[in-house]
Amino acid sequence: MSANSNTRVDLQVVADLIRPGARVLDVGSGDGVLLELLREAKQVDGRGVELSQRGVNECVARGLSVIQGDADTDLVFYPDNGFDYVILSQTLQATRNPKQVLTELLRIGERAIVSFPNFGHWRVRLSLLLRGRMPVTRDLPYSWYDTPNIHFCTIRDFVELCNDIGAKVESATALDANGQKIRFTMPWWFMNFFGQQAVFLLRR
Amino acid sequence: MAVLRALKPKSEADNPSSKVLRFGPDQPLMLEAGTVLAPFQIAYQTYGELNADKSNAVLVCHALTGDQHVANTNPVTGKPGWWEMLIGPGKVVDTNRYFVICSNVLGGCLGSTGPASTNPATGRPYALNLPVITIRDMVRAQAMLVDHLGIDQLFCVLGGSMGGMQVLEWAASHKERVFCALPIATGARHSSQNIAFHEVGRQAVMADPDWLGGDYLIAGKRPQKGLAVARMAAHITYLSEAALQRKFGRNLQDRQHLTFGFDADFQIESYLRHQGMTFVDRFDANSYLYMTRAMDYFDLAADYGGRLADAFAGTKTRFCLVSFTSDWLFPTSESREVVHALNAAGASVSFVEIETDKGHDAFLLNEPEMFAAIDGFLRSAARAQGLS
Repeated sequence: MSANSNTRVDLQVVADLIRPGARVLDVGSGDGVLLELLREAKQVDGRGVELSQRGVNECVARGLSVIQGDADTDLVFYPDNGFDYVILSQTLQATRNPKQVLTELLRIGERAIVSFPNFGHWRVRLSLLLRGRMPVTRDLPYSWYDTPNIHFCTIRDFVELCNDIGAKVESATALDANGQKIRFTMPWWFMNFFGQQAVFLLRR
Repeated sequence: MAVLRALKPKSEADNPSSKVLRFGPDQPLMLEAGTVLAPFQIAYQTYGELNADKSNAVLVCHALTGDQHVANTNPVTGKPGWWEMLIGPGKVVDTNRYFVICSNVLGGCLGSTGPASTNPATGRPYALNLPVITIRDMVRAQAMLVDHLGIDQLFCVLGGSMGGMQVLEWAASHKERVFCALPIATGARHSSQNIAFHEVGRQAVMADPDWLGGDYLIAGKRPQKGLAVARMAAHITYLSEAALQRKFGRNLQDRQHLTFGFDADFQIESYLRHQGMTFVDRFDANSYLYMTRAMDYFDLAADYGGRLADAFAGTKTRFCLVSFTSDWLFPTSESREVVHALNAAGASVSFVEIETDKGHDAFLLNEPEMFAAIDGFLRSAARAQGLS
């Protein structure tokens, strides 16, 4: 879902938010890169849910605790407060019901970490404005008809959703096209314009 | 020779060619059926060495018609152990590293007390006088064996099908004694369809005139035809439609044309007949009734107020479940139900579904993806347990 050059930076930003030894659920764990990073660098008690069976089998063969499942339907099976952090990395835009998923994340975890591509980035805006076409960029390589990303949002949109469900934003980081962090002290409009990716740390 | 082989299961029942642990009248086993079994015996095999702190024991639970000879040549059939592909020196379950235990289940016919064993009260085989045995009873008996070996906690309990049911039972009723659990191609209960197939098998056995109400051993007979039919029907459920079509199709057996008779014209018929005939040489018919009944009775959630998650409440055991896409006896949905219950209990759980057309039997076959998953799971658990 996120085969791009910023992936590593994005994962490092997520990892930096996590307390060592924490209980972590990674929703959309892919081939397990993040869970492995967290296991090695933060000694977390990590679990994963991944939609693709291939990804799951790869994770389990790497000794990670991962099950096949769908963020939209399977989060209901987890108990309240089961984890310190629930991570949704580059997956929110591919869920059918992002609002419900986000609510579930904050039910299961004390904190939620959500990263997503920012649809408010100036390149995206420019593509629509000048070419009148849905943007196809290096980070978002799909055409509109075959994309798994059915619920794009901008950083501003996401902040509003957080307000809607009563989630508190503890920190927000935007990464620019070079994968460099844009500091939180910048105003929202700035992050929304220059941030290609966003990483939010939320709590109830 | 055939006669000798046919007699072998009887002698194995009382005096198995494996290790055997005998429990006297002072160590009775309380059965779920409400009666006490004493004395009784458990036949088992071990491989590898138990380490100094007794933390490297792996218990393998066998399926319906399996036995304790998991990784050595079978004394009755002369064939390799049923899971030698997985278990042995340098294998995924490495016997250079782990102390592997496999016991014949209670009610079996290869040395653990079962219907073919001699009833000490009468000097004759138990036949149907043995109380019905449940999965929980089997596990209780295994726990007594594990006690005898001086092991507090098993590093791993693994098994497929009925073996997987025992794994789930272990994980539920002996939580603190199981560090990690690998239930493969199994479910937390036997489905209606599965009970139905078992009932067909039992009726086939009991319809054989040589069954004699279960007392065939005393009469020196064996209900071979009935048991063979039972095996044939069951065997179909272990395969998949796609695999049958791929392997046999409508191919004819050693002939160019249909014979317009009821001989085995088709390869699949010949194959099934062969499966039936070889099975009766190695298995006791009454034991088949008891084994199928034990699976039918299994319903883990029912033992915990109907809520499967409660069976695993507070568990610290690490789980890895494996299912196969073409398994219609224990389809993936059965494993997923267990996974959801484990999630609800906050357990550590992995779950892989392996793509294959080999059906339920895939767990006994060369499935590299299954081996990779088990390998990764065991290695990570061994690290956590300090076994590396």
